[in-house]
Amino acid sequence: MIDQLPALIIVAPMLGAFLTPIIGWRYQHLCYPWTLLVLTIPLYSAVGALFKVIRSGPFGYNLGGWAPPWGIEYRIDYLSAIMLVLIATIGFLAAVNARPAGKTEFKGKEAQLYTLFLLQITGLLGIVITGDLFNIFVFLEITSLSGYGLIAHGEEGAPMATFNYIIIGTIGASFYLLGVGYLYMATGSLNIADLATILPALYHSKMILVGFAFFTTGVAIKMGLFPLHIWMPDAYTTAPNSVSTLIAPLMTKVAAYLMIRILFTLFAPDFAISVVPVATILGWLAVIAIIVGGVKALAQTDIKRMVAYIMVAEVGYIVMGISVMNRAGLTGAILHIINDACMIFCLFLTIGAISHRGHGREINHFQNLSKKMPLTMAAFVIAALSMCGIPPACGFFSKWYLIMGMITAGQWIFAATLLGSSLINAVLFFRIIEKAYLAPPESQGHNHTDHEAEEIERNDAPLSMMIPIIMSALAILLLGLFSGKIIDAVIQHAVPAIF
Amino acid sequence: MTEYFLAKYNFWIYVVLMMIGLYAMMGKRNLVKKLIGMNIFQTSIILLFVSAGVKKGGATVPILRHSDYGPEHAEHLIRVADYLNPLPHVLMLTAIVVSIATTGVALATLILIYKRYNTLEEDEIMAIRKDIRSYKTPRILRSKD
Amino acid sequence: MGEVIYSAKPLWAVLVSMVAAFLILLTGDKARNLREGWTILAALIKFGLVFSLIEPVLAGKTIEYTLINLLPGVALQFRVDAFGLLFGVVAATLWIPTSFYSIGYVRTLNEHAQSRYFFSFAMCLSAAIGVAFAGNLLTLLIFYEILTIATWPLVIHHEDESAINGGRKYLVYTLTAGCILLLAIGITYSLAGTLDFVGGGFLAGHGSPGLLIILLIMFIAGFGVKAGIMPFHEWLPSAMVAPTPVSALLHAVAVVKAGVFGCVRVILFVFGPQLLHELGVWTILAGVVAFTVVAAGLLALGQDHLKRRLAFSTINNLALIILGVSLLSKNSMTGGILHLANHAFMKITLFFCAGAIYVKTHKDHVSQLDGLGRQMPFTFAAFAIASMGLCGLPPVNGFISKWFLCLGAVETHQLVFLFVILTSAMLDVAFFFPIIYNGFFKQPLPDVAGKIDEAPLIMVIPLCATALFSIIFGIFPNAFLNFFNIVRLAVTNVLGG
Repeated sequence: MIDQLPALIIVAPMLGAFLTPIIGWRYQHLCYPWTLLVLTIPLYSAVGALFKVIRSGPFGYNLGGWAPPWGIEYRIDYLSAIMLVLIATIGFLAAVNARPAGKTEFKGKEAQLYTLFLLQITGLLGIVITGDLFNIFVFLEITSLSGYGLIAHGEEGAPMATFNYIIIGTIGASFYLLGVGYLYMATGSLNIADLATILPALYHSKMILVGFAFFTTGVAIKMGLFPLHIWMPDAYTTAPNSVSTLIAPLMTKVAAYLMIRILFTLFAPDFAISVVPVATILGWLAVIAIIVGGVKALAQTDIKRMVAYIMVAEVGYIVMGISVMNRAGLTGAILHIINDACMIFCLFLTIGAISHRGHGREINHFQNLSKKMPLTMAAFVIAALSMCGIPPACGFFSKWYLIMGMITAGQWIFAATLLGSSLINAVLFFRIIEKAYLAPPESQGHNHTDHEAEEIERNDAPLSMMIPIIMSALAILLLGLFSGKIIDAVIQHAVPAIF
Repeated sequence: MTEYFLAKYNFWIYVVLMMIGLYAMMGKRNLVKKLIGMNIFQTSIILLFVSAGVKKGGATVPILRHSDYGPEHAEHLIRVADYLNPLPHVLMLTAIVVSIATTGVALATLILIYKRYNTLEEDEIMAIRKDIRSYKTPRILRSKD
Repeated sequence: MGEVIYSAKPLWAVLVSMVAAFLILLTGDKARNLREGWTILAALIKFGLVFSLIEPVLAGKTIEYTLINLLPGVALQFRVDAFGLLFGVVAATLWIPTSFYSIGYVRTLNEHAQSRYFFSFAMCLSAAIGVAFAGNLLTLLIFYEILTIATWPLVIHHEDESAINGGRKYLVYTLTAGCILLLAIGITYSLAGTLDFVGGGFLAGHGSPGLLIILLIMFIAGFGVKAGIMPFHEWLPSAMVAPTPVSALLHAVAVVKAGVFGCVRVILFVFGPQLLHELGVWTILAGVVAFTVVAAGLLALGQDHLKRRLAFSTINNLALIILGVSLLSKNSMTGGILHLANHAFMKITLFFCAGAIYVKTHKDHVSQLDGLGRQMPFTFAAFAIASMGLCGLPPVNGFISKWFLCLGAVETHQLVFLFVILTSAMLDVAFFFPIIYNGFFKQPLPDVAGKIDEAPLIMVIPLCATALFSIIFGIFPNAFLNFFNIVRLAVTNVLGG
């Protein structure tokens, strides 16, 4: 059984997804426990896979017993393993969180919610675990389609946002498919490890160059890299809260993982530096992404939309780390994938909890929120501090590595943009913290005791939302404190040895 | 010249199809037309892949005729040059299914849009949404039509 | 370098008030005395832990403790050497009177959000001790940033418009400084491959002079914001909207001293006197700081708001500390580092007095203080003692540090700095003396005549204690806490030998 673990990671949620509507047909209320049960399997397997990789190095699993490159191979190396754990954990916690909001947002259709949930997680897990290019396309589309289905159930603007996402996302996936096609036509292989040995001889072939261009563009669309991010703010803002906690942290990060795979595993790093100056282009796009994301976020009064724009900037961080092409930068990028997923997850969880308790999403209406939902706001503060890069939260450490990467590469403008962006984040989040924690300026003298304040009822998030909130806030702190260990054990092996 | 254009006429057709699809997705205002454009776009890519499997010299579909000899002799009896490459066909079967699923989801979304806004023209929908926003109707509509 | 002891005591010293902070939050308003008890208990334990470190450090050992490895060559590490110990002892010692004073102040004025207040206070002290005991630049930066965030709830405590604006200004200045510091530390790491503090500096020989000068400017700008070097000082007078105990401990002792501490660490333990002589920039650095000394002194003259006047005096004194250190001579360094400790005691006394006056009379302007001295004799006597010390009059401890500063200025043969120090002393007299004179010798204003007596005992005792200690340290610099020996050891560490 242990040997089949990699296949189990995918098969379990997929079968679970097929069985959920059947269960939901008779026993609607059983869908939630069933989903949680199913999701423990990938969680357990992913952690097991990570430990196995740390112990004995990367390993592969041949689907159906067919040897690569004729068969599909699941390849679990350091980067895949840590992404698996990330997706499985966040997926599980997002499912735990989905119940209260799911009851209102998917009234009567909860079976459908959990089915699509499980399919989405299957897709995400599949993208990171497989070592076959076309398989990635299939899982990419599984992820995207279930995402479309989930987002369409959102609020007023959701169907239009979904439709736009469908059009743009399909262009992205099709470009990816086109890239696969060109590479296949030139080399005859679809297996990533196999291609990595065949390709270096072909770096100057036009077909490979075009294939690479299509790959990068397709993945950039899925990742939301400026200027292909236009689908992102609308889709993530209008999505139902139970859904955005799953999709938002993971989708862009998995696409970033794909970009790392393409640039570093499939094509050797010096392809991106010397043959095609992709690294430079990506770097400057990232700078613009950070600036645009920050500036647009400042203009928002809806907190969810603000976080969606901040996500555009965070994608910029990761791509910037990739583009400097040195060890520190890539370490920072990978660490930031993990850290950012946790931070965004915590933010969307708290936003969902606040919205669930009826306080809406307008920042100007967040008065006294710290008294009404103290634990939720405390978790929000921790996530906010991490976004601003304040130690000991994890954001500081990934920022440190990214800055080291910029300094090593001599890219001062990149470093300045990165630092400026943390200051913009500080402005954004302290605005909200001030609103939520401090009394409105008009009505306070300074000798105001707690007895005189009106009794503000404490109505914190429900338990199934509270548990993921607390766990993600703790994760942010623990990831920060143990950054060194994570880097030593996992990330430094994930960075190509050339650096 | 001939070699560049006429010999590879199929690839030029795919390029034209892809551009038609892209134009429809970007330039048309009717949502259904955008969807059709998306379909055309995906179709061009599928055709490209299928083309990749074709061989010159009368290669035919890879369906093996029944033979008196068992599978262990296959290596000697099958002449690879006689058969098309089946792999792109297989990949494209998957891609077609993906395309169908995407179209299905998109059509379902279009039904939702039509129920909500009673039109499928993008500019009209934008105008209606702007009205909704300026009237400050609650963002989360409690009842879905 | 001496023997190295591996002990978790620095970690416990930092953690004890963090634990207390969360206990305070959990206890809340329901059990006030228990909550206050946590603060006092933590203060005493922290003092005990830090005090126990004095003896081994004086014997020449360093206490080290590594938490986790962050980068090759850089770890989250505590290393207690003489200089760090000085700051740690000052912070830990002064927290005890401040705790009692805070409790008195907050209860007498019936302040709101008391749990948040004590929580933030405890977190700040954790961060301050963390800064003191940091063994390398990255650890220092981490606790420095935590200090920034932990102080914010205290600055905005009153939650009115000026408090919120003061808080925003504070954050803008300090977070920007943090970003500049991060960049500077990154550059240092890429140049030297290590960030550990070494007496006498470790940057020599790494990098071109131009780059090193830019790096020095970045570091001084980054740490100088908290240390109140002009033109980055603007946040400090605005932060005086905080409650007085906050101004006392944090803005006169912990936060600004952390900034000065950082500056001195950079000047002496990262760059080092040798490198600074080679680069030829120490005169410019000393000049910039000297300008701050005089300008702050002049600005203090124009302030009628008592706490703002004290804020400018703080800026003046902090610049004096950095001036002493940047003159790079043995005596000036001794004077500067000793002034770090001495000024803390004197300034905290002054702020305590200001707070006591406010609590009793709700008056915070110098022009309103006429005649109060006769009605609040202890408070004004303590004020007089502390101001005498700041002017450099014996037998208060300020005299000793100013004496060494002057000696050091003479040693460098740049007599302009001697003039600056003496001018600053005269300015001190000019803006402190009127307060004392008005307090004791003028007729009280009608609304307070005969109605006011001393502030509650729980506030008066701490301020008398700190004033008394200022005198004791002035006569016996090594009493109780061995300040002078620690300073001597620190200077020896830097200058070698």
